[in-house]
Amino acid sequence: MNAQLEEPVVAPGYDNASVTKKITDVVLTRPVHRGWLAGLAVAFALLMMMNFAIGWLLLKGVGIWGVNVPVAWGFAITNFVWWIGIGHAGTFISAILLLLHQDWRTSINRFAEAMTLFAVACAGLFPLLHLGRPWVFYWLLPYPDTMGMWPQWRSALVWDVFAVGTYLTVSIIFWYVGLLPDVATMRDRAASKRVQMIYGILALGWRGSARHWKRFHIVYLLLAGLATPLVLSVHSVVSMDFAIAIVPGWHSTIFPPYFVAGAIFSGFAMVLTLAIPIRKFYHLEDFITIRHLENCAKIMLATGLMVAHGYITEGFMAWYSDDKFEIYLTLNRMFGPYAPAYWLLIFCNVGVNQLLWFKKIRTNPAVLFVIALFIQVGMWTERYVIVITSLHRDFLPSAWGIFHGTRWDWMTLIGSLGLFASLFFLFLRLLPAISISEMRDLVHKKSESAR
Amino acid sequence: MSPVRSHWRSLEELARTDAFEEMLHREFPSGASELPNEWSRRQFLKLMGASLALAGATSCTRQPLERIVPYVRQPEELIPGQPLFFATALTLGGYARGVLVETHEGRPTKIEGNPQHPASLGASDVFMQAELLALYDPERSQAVIHRGQISTWDALLAELTTAAQKWKANGGAGFRLLTRHETSPTFLDQIQRILARYPGAKWHEYEPLAGTSPGARYHFDKAEVIVSLDADFLSSGPASLAYAKQFAAARRPNGAMNRLYVIEPTPSLTGAMADHRIVMRSAEVEQFAEQLASGRESKIAAAIGADLERTAGRCIVIAGDSQSPAVHAAVRTLNETLGNVGVTVDYTPAHTAPRDLRELVSDVNSGTVDTLLIVSGNPAYDAPADFEFAKLLQTIPRVIHCGLYHDETAELCQWHVPETHALESWSDARAFDGTATIVQPTIEPLFAGRSKHELLAALLEDASAGSYDIVRAYWQKEQAAPDFENTWRKALHDGVVSAATVASGSAPPSIAAQTPAVPSSRLQLIIRADERVYDGRFANNAWLQEFPDPLTKIVWDNAARVSPATAARLKLENGDIVNLKFRGRSVRAPIWILPGQADDCVTVNVGYGRTRAGSVGDGVGFNAYALRTSDALWGGAGLEIERTGDTHELVTTQQHWNMEGRDQVRVGTLAAVQSDATAITRTGEPPPAHDETLYQNVAYHGHAWGMAIDLNTCTGCGVCTIACQAENNIPIVGKAQVRAGREMHWIRVDRYYEGGLTNPQMLHQPVPCMHCENAPCELVCPVAATVHSSEGLNQMVYNRCIGTRYCSNNCPYKVRRFNFLEYDANQFEQPATRKLMRNPDVSVRSRGVMEKCTYCIQRINAVKIDANKANRPIRDGEITPACAQACPADAIVFGDINDANSRVAKLRASPLNYGLLAELNTRPRTTYLAKLRNPNPELEHA
Repeated sequence: MNAQLEEPVVAPGYDNASVTKKITDVVLTRPVHRGWLAGLAVAFALLMMMNFAIGWLLLKGVGIWGVNVPVAWGFAITNFVWWIGIGHAGTFISAILLLLHQDWRTSINRFAEAMTLFAVACAGLFPLLHLGRPWVFYWLLPYPDTMGMWPQWRSALVWDVFAVGTYLTVSIIFWYVGLLPDVATMRDRAASKRVQMIYGILALGWRGSARHWKRFHIVYLLLAGLATPLVLSVHSVVSMDFAIAIVPGWHSTIFPPYFVAGAIFSGFAMVLTLAIPIRKFYHLEDFITIRHLENCAKIMLATGLMVAHGYITEGFMAWYSDDKFEIYLTLNRMFGPYAPAYWLLIFCNVGVNQLLWFKKIRTNPAVLFVIALFIQVGMWTERYVIVITSLHRDFLPSAWGIFHGTRWDWMTLIGSLGLFASLFFLFLRLLPAISISEMRDLVHKKSESAR
Repeated sequence: MSPVRSHWRSLEELARTDAFEEMLHREFPSGASELPNEWSRRQFLKLMGASLALAGATSCTRQPLERIVPYVRQPEELIPGQPLFFATALTLGGYARGVLVETHEGRPTKIEGNPQHPASLGASDVFMQAELLALYDPERSQAVIHRGQISTWDALLAELTTAAQKWKANGGAGFRLLTRHETSPTFLDQIQRILARYPGAKWHEYEPLAGTSPGARYHFDKAEVIVSLDADFLSSGPASLAYAKQFAAARRPNGAMNRLYVIEPTPSLTGAMADHRIVMRSAEVEQFAEQLASGRESKIAAAIGADLERTAGRCIVIAGDSQSPAVHAAVRTLNETLGNVGVTVDYTPAHTAPRDLRELVSDVNSGTVDTLLIVSGNPAYDAPADFEFAKLLQTIPRVIHCGLYHDETAELCQWHVPETHALESWSDARAFDGTATIVQPTIEPLFAGRSKHELLAALLEDASAGSYDIVRAYWQKEQAAPDFENTWRKALHDGVVSAATVASGSAPPSIAAQTPAVPSSRLQLIIRADERVYDGRFANNAWLQEFPDPLTKIVWDNAARVSPATAARLKLENGDIVNLKFRGRSVRAPIWILPGQADDCVTVNVGYGRTRAGSVGDGVGFNAYALRTSDALWGGAGLEIERTGDTHELVTTQQHWNMEGRDQVRVGTLAAVQSDATAITRTGEPPPAHDETLYQNVAYHGHAWGMAIDLNTCTGCGVCTIACQAENNIPIVGKAQVRAGREMHWIRVDRYYEGGLTNPQMLHQPVPCMHCENAPCELVCPVAATVHSSEGLNQMVYNRCIGTRYCSNNCPYKVRRFNFLEYDANQFEQPATRKLMRNPDVSVRSRGVMEKCTYCIQRINAVKIDANKANRPIRDGEITPACAQACPADAIVFGDINDANSRVAKLRASPLNYGLLAELNTRPRTTYLAKLRNPNPELEHA
């Protein structure tokens, strides 16, 4: 087999028992580490900062942010698109790679799925906070009300509610179903009665019978099939929030594929950002191997190139359309007041990404980590540039304006990182971060093929 | 207390300690001694509340009957929900402009021009519109104040009675009356009676912005060629509304279109309308006037002179208020030579004006003044700086001030009397042409104000007389007719006194200029009235403070305007604070670079830098009066600029002045249009065909509302913005929010420059909602909060809006406004009196919802209901949105585009008609008529 020539997806010498022990010990026996506590404390402090910012927002109104006319969308929408994009890698890894029988996904799919959930949770907050009157957000949902009003179906924002809602639901179910055998393992290995009870309830009576396993595999595969189109549809719909508008810089048919590629790009950057420290601190180098990191890097390189292609196409189409507004927009992005942001995104997403052509860099976790951070900054900046520069100078020069995020904007953005990190820290301590059942499966397969 | 005490209650009493005295005093208060010296607002309100309650108890006595007469209909009873309109007048610079005041259940809610009044002709300006906010300003003076303490009207009367005894004995010597320029016949009559009673007394008038121009009236509708020497006749002066209307009438290209030359040092709205705007330092204007009259050495003067000769008898030469008497004399000679006098220009004989301020100053300095009564002026703030009036005031033994605000002057006076607002009291006033109007109240005085008539009546020892009696008595005497009641009622109803037109109102005195010793300096100072706060009297009016200056679009500030070349020479940038030094006086001012300004000329606007205007106006801008001396009222040579290194942030509502090669404002020449009617509108990208849409085209049966805006007559004055603000309960957001890009005006006036920096053409474009038939905003709203009506209105449902703001993003015109914060309860709009001001027909929007121009749907519906009840079709012109109603140039026309005979349908059929950004397939209902120029071929090709 070809794979044997490559870096292995799991280090040799593991059997079912040692895999199970290594993964469950992180949760069940390992004492609370000081580093973990410190990390959670920082994350939680940021979360509290966001709570404060949100409280003030609800009290005063969205005017505490930098949004204005003409730039009526600001950080909230940028953050939303960024977070939802990050989520995509999780679904991509767990669903598409499962269907494609990529066995290397096994050790990273669990936390990638968790990452998806937490990212979608962060993303979901922003459109709600963004509303002028968030307390009536449910008017976006179709429900029979006394006013006889339904959502306005031509608006992409309504499609967005459905896209994100579906995505969140499917992601939760997919993640939870995948967790069932593992939670049952945790129940069985738990030392105290209380912990047993908790995991027992979560395990929904999983006994590991052959029938259970058969149904589990069918359901998991079906869910993977359901989740697969979501990888493409969710960010396509998100991109239509922009594409259906007549705003130069938004009104573009390239947006759906361009957004999906960008989403997977930033998602894999986030996977690396999380995987590299986790494997280091929890000594999981044997499970999350260099092979995993390199594969992620390769996907980043591919999707990054797609995104770069998107940038080039945008510029070309502006020139080819001969539309004075599009041409102005493109030049303004490059040389206008937001030029630093534009060139920062080009540097991060196009420039830094090219380093991944080199195997030496792809196999160096420290460098990869730094590159992943650059790409995340670049992708956030890309969304910022798309949202802000398109709006700040559109059709009538008299109405042109400028946008700057206020401290409340930044507090909410940084606070959302705190929310994400807090959830992730808790996840690491409370649930198996690597799928035990799939790892056992993998060890079994590897030992069989080695024989 | 007698010094000999036979009995005592305590040792303290026996000892008569201070503490005991105080206790005694408190125990048995004899009057108001209980009141503390420091007044908190709370205490004041408590006392006011108690007084009001007590006042209720006294209301059993029957009050004398005062009748005011509604304008449009005279109902048996007031119909709740139906507005009544009252004709009255507001004055500016002393001259009346007739208005109709809309009142809802006794609350004035909107001011419109009175179509029957010669100075307004149905139009209005920002000052007239903003008087509504002034009426309800909670910071207006509310009590008689004596030496910083609240006092009573009776206390003042007592003091005046004592003084009157003395004046009777000495003939009133030492008594001086200082007023602003006054045209009120009743008031002038009262003054004459006072002067007759006390021959030693003197009356002085000081109107800060009174010009040097002799009484002249123009007929711009009859002029084919107009040459303005620094005269901003379209936007300033008591007749500007009438002149703007006349000018617009002669500006439309259907007949002969007039030609306007403007020679000016600093851009004005009139200059922006010019076919040829010639930038010239103000000192050179005089020379130019001479050249026009005689020599014509320069090519420009020769060309203009030839044009004038060609249209002799059908042209006007007009000089500005700030120009010297020599220029006015030269202009008059020109008009006489050209045979314009009696045709397009009428000169009225000069009137004897009252004494000016200089005389008062010298009298005060010589110590002959013991009592000064200041009626509705603020000389401590706006008198020429060399008079040092604020210091002088403190040397006069007794100064009584009567004004709307407890302002800089009131602060220095012994007595202050709150004056009633013009909408609260009876009075009268004359227009620029002498037409008299009875000023009738539209509401009971909100605060304990007294009218100027009541104050003067007190001096005539007739303190019991109310304003109504005084004014009516005057007119009864004036128009002694058997059916006076009918005449009176008709005068009130119409808003003009038909038989009372006299030759002319008197011109305000201007302080006689003395030849100054001018230090040599390259820079010239130009002092101008402000387009927003006038002479400073509107400084506490937040509508006007937030109204973008028509030329610079600056809000909440004034600035020293310099030309780009001068700024480059002096290395100045926008917002740099400089020391302006003028003849020994200096003031710190931020710089604003203004294209079209003459080089080496610095224009400053008075009216800012107030210190006691109120919470809105205090500390806004810099006080240009500090540079204004009696020998250089309008500026002059001898200015020096000194950089300070500090900067000040000037906030504008428009940051970008270049059209970027787009064709928002289409401009062409009359000649081009005459040879090919579609020459201008053809230049733009054509709108897509009607079938370029996935959705079915909507057919509009019945009404289809539309609006046409004539850029050719629009002067860019911006009254539409303030009229809209008043009509639609639009909140004020403050400087910080405007800086953040969140002004709320539903109709804005965009201003673009075309051409170079030295003398660009200024283009104005009012932009309300376009009510697109293919509205991009409607498509993207997720909750259907903005929808289309069957009559083609793009409607905003506030209650349904959740505030995604997508509609604003997708609006190519950016006319949507969002309530980012709870603007309506902000610091500038205290709820107490402002609630009364609201238009009850328009919802007040709260935080988090989008809003925008509705084409004044409340007015559309009111007319529809009326027409429906009367079972008749709606007449064209019956529905007028607030912007169209206020426009002095009739540049905004609204109507039914389905009715081929309506004015708007005809305008839309004009070859000059075009839709803004129509190439986006928005199919706007608001369209524009291209701007035309009528240049002189000789100068055009030069």
